[in-house]
Amino acid sequence: MSEAKKFLYVNRKAPYGTIYALESLEVVLIGAAFDQHVSLAFVDDGVFQIAKGQDTKSLGVKNFSPTYRALGDYGVTKFYVEKDSLDERGLSADDLMEITYEDENDGFAEKPSIIVVTKAEMAEVMRDQDVILSF
Amino acid sequence: MKLSILVNEGPYTHQAADSAYQFTKAALDKGVEIFRVFFYHDGVNNGTRLTVPPQDDRNIQKNWSDLAEKHKLDLVVCIAAAQRRGILDEGEAKRHGKGEGAANIAPGFRISGLGQLIEAGIEADRLVVFGD
Repeated sequence: MSEAKKFLYVNRKAPYGTIYALESLEVVLIGAAFDQHVSLAFVDDGVFQIAKGQDTKSLGVKNFSPTYRALGDYGVTKFYVEKDSLDERGLSADDLMEITYEDENDGFAEKPSIIVVTKAEMAEVMRDQDVILSF
Repeated sequence: MKLSILVNEGPYTHQAADSAYQFTKAALDKGVEIFRVFFYHDGVNNGTRLTVPPQDDRNIQKNWSDLAEKHKLDLVVCIAAAQRRGILDEGEAKRHGKGEGAANIAPGFRISGLGQLIEAGIEADRLVVFGD
């Protein structure tokens, strides 16, 4: 197999209402086993996927949001969130879940995974990738 | 140039299914190598042999099967997405007790895991995504 590539999963849809977010997360979990460089991007309604306090009881579907917090243990430590998408929806970084990872290169210090970026910075992140999966 | 294709939408509902087919066919006609076509989300519905479109309409599922036969294409349907939506091969139909003849995977398609999608991204020069 060739050397590790940079994979970016672009999440654009709200977590419930369609299955895109859940099935995207399933790819991320499988992909994490492949020793590639993995990052996630959250844009448009996709920012709701990592919003705090999700409650799906009355929807009758599973609340899968806790899974995002576990991704650090799978080596998925970069969650790029587009600031404009937050602003347009009346959200701020404080409305997002606390998602962290333990940095093995820094004495396993707990560090935030979420990186809020501008549209221009998001474009840079995308330009830097080898494989972009858009869901 | 070696390409992989990801099809995320179902036939007859979304242009993405047609576009993916037309793009793949055009690439093959130009001699471009297609490493794999992976079907995910409702895209798995492109791989059922039970599709019966009206006679004056295109048959998207058959188009894929024909293309696969002609070019030895690797058409892979995601097993998790397929099971949710009732797309089964012989082995899965038997394993889940769905009865004789329940297998509906179309000719030229095979059912496998999401690892095949990641591998498609690793092995190809470009992964082209067709979706909403």
